Amino acid sequence: MNNIAITLHNFIIENFGIDINLSLAISYFLIALIFWSFLGVIGGLLTFLERRVAGRIQSRIGPNRVGPQGIFQMLADGIKLVLKEDLIPALADKPLFRMAPYLCVIGVFSALVVIPFSSDIVVADLNVGVLYALAITTMVVMGILMGSWASNNKWSLLGGLRSAAQIVSYEIPAALSVLSIVLITGSLSMQDIIRAQGAWPHQWFFFHNPGTFVAFFIFFTSALAENNRVPFDIPEAESELVAGYNTEYSGMRFSFFFLAEFANVFIISSLAVIFFFGGWQIPHFLISENHIITNIIMIANFLFKTFVFIFIVLWLRWTLPRLRVDQLMTMCWKYLIPISFICLCITASFVLFFGGKSMIAVFIGRITQ
Amino acid sequence: MYELEKNNDNTMTLNMGPHHPSTHGVLRFILEMDGEIILSVKPDVGYLHRSIEKIGERVTYPAFMPYTDRVDYVAAANCNVGYALAVEKLMGIETPERAQYLRVIVSELNRIISHLLMTGVLAMDLGAYTPFLHAVREREKINDIFEILCGARLTYNLATIGGMPFDIKETTIRKCLEILEGLKKFLKEFDDLVTNNAIFISRLANIGVIDKETAKAFMLSGPNLRAAGAHWDLRKNETYFLYDRFKFDIAVGSGKAGTLGDSYDRFSVRMKEIETSISILEQAFKSLPSGEVQAKLPKTLKPPKGEVYVRTESARGELGYYIISDGTAKASRIKIRTGSFAAISILDKIGRGLMLSDLVAFMASLDLIAPEIDR
Repeated sequence: MNNIAITLHNFIIENFGIDINLSLAISYFLIALIFWSFLGVIGGLLTFLERRVAGRIQSRIGPNRVGPQGIFQMLADGIKLVLKEDLIPALADKPLFRMAPYLCVIGVFSALVVIPFSSDIVVADLNVGVLYALAITTMVVMGILMGSWASNNKWSLLGGLRSAAQIVSYEIPAALSVLSIVLITGSLSMQDIIRAQGAWPHQWFFFHNPGTFVAFFIFFTSALAENNRVPFDIPEAESELVAGYNTEYSGMRFSFFFLAEFANVFIISSLAVIFFFGGWQIPHFLISENHIITNIIMIANFLFKTFVFIFIVLWLRWTLPRLRVDQLMTMCWKYLIPISFICLCITASFVLFFGGKSMIAVFIGRITQ
Repeated sequence: MYELEKNNDNTMTLNMGPHHPSTHGVLRFILEMDGEIILSVKPDVGYLHRSIEKIGERVTYPAFMPYTDRVDYVAAANCNVGYALAVEKLMGIETPERAQYLRVIVSELNRIISHLLMTGVLAMDLGAYTPFLHAVREREKINDIFEILCGARLTYNLATIGGMPFDIKETTIRKCLEILEGLKKFLKEFDDLVTNNAIFISRLANIGVIDKETAKAFMLSGPNLRAAGAHWDLRKNETYFLYDRFKFDIAVGSGKAGTLGDSYDRFSVRMKEIETSISILEQAFKSLPSGEVQAKLPKTLKPPKGEVYVRTESARGELGYYIISDGTAKASRIKIRTGSFAAISILDKIGRGLMLSDLVAFMASLDLIAPEIDR
């Protein structure tokens, strides 16, 4: 039972007795609606969270007027952005300009399909889940490049070109570091990767072997860079490129870019949790007879870990200055990629010599012998 | 640094400003770019021209004082006392000792404010927004002191010809010393967050290197000149007020992160100058003499015929007032020499071959203030 859409489909068939194809369409539509709105809310929540965290870090308060602790600020912001004039520059390439934000949003939101929130709740546990997640998020770069070119603005163009170079480059170390995980589990399915780990830190892939330990940092750095977050936010560097690729965007379309960026923060944090920190795994004593309660605990556990990483992302955002574009490329091609290759080799030899046991298990095994 | 290939077919003209986030004010640059690399920089100044020098010919000598605030609003006190000193020299007025001490105090407080803003803005231009707000937070505390002293927080108008219009109280001195203690702690924190940050250093080291000869040739002054390794500080070399009574070292660039005279040196010289200013302030508070703060003057000031050039060390370099008097109550000509105007002329020479991100860092490290360029 690892596909909730199918579960819902069966439920509809049993209770309403409608056509199979129609039922499938309805159930997938409903699930898509639920998950998309979930990520929309998460994206909005992150904008609020970012502003509050930034306020704390910068010794000020941040938005606290709309609703309790200002939690509804995101709604106010959203309404404001929707009501604003949707300005399209006279010399812009209008179809491309209109399309670009949607590509960004689709690229990020589609990644949610393979993110497992608990052992049961995942839209589709694809057997190529890892590949899918890495590939679909690259669609963002098309959106950014398209938007920057269509804006017919030199600052946008510079931002778009920087972004394209950056995202395409950082895909490689990110994928290479995830390959270590795939090597251990022997599967590209997210659920299999999580099941291969445990609830406790020593069962996480983060501590599996020195290779994966380093691979996590490479993955997280590359994911940050792919997401254009500080210290890698050169595509929208506001002090250099005004606003980079979204200089000409306003209102709704700007908010789509914005939402995509924040949803992407959630996606990369959840991927880090899934690959290296045990995903939804909870200790055995928390697994109860009641299926729903178990799932809720799993979701809470998963979201808690994810939000820890989201906080780290925000923390970095408000602490570090940004790198220069050539330094960024140097870091990727000269350091991250070779190191991730070495990590892959270490993991491979670990799997070969110790049969996939983690270094802690091997260590304990040596002591008890 | 980067190979420059002048290829006219493939260059792009980029218009940076007049409302670009990192020009900090209304300032425009016309950049000739090859991709991200800059082939030439043409500064286009004049957007903030307010005819301050011409106004100086239309108003009486004391009435010009508020206009000097607007020459450099980040270091307004320095401009005030500089102008007062120039007119006093023209008229041969002896300023009371306590007033001179007060002038030293406000100049140094203002220098701290200005340098805090510069270091914060530099960090902001490199993408770190938090250090800027931390610096502004500390700056606000010193603004409080200025508010106690003269009632204003930004454009102070705090000097009169022949002295100062206010006196400093014992409670204010105590509060000021407390703030300076806090500032020392803040500087340590700032060092951890910014000065020793690896990304920060790598963005500034070896970028925009100005050697001593070039700096002199382009008439750079103040911290920009000292960062190039020149031991030149008007407070020491051409003592005015009573700066010769205080012990302090001239902060000079060391090239510790890369080359002597790079952007990092210009940044660290300013950090050191904040410390110098703190030490001067502490000495000044300790040895503050008692007495009058205002010299006795006639009701209308009519300087004798003649001319005078007085230069003082402002936060952005040499601030000179050249005044020609024709014997009436209004000046015949007032010319103001500012540090930023000299500094902007070097942009094209050093800016060639830098990347766009470097130009932003380089500009911030020169500490350009748009109103001071145009006046």
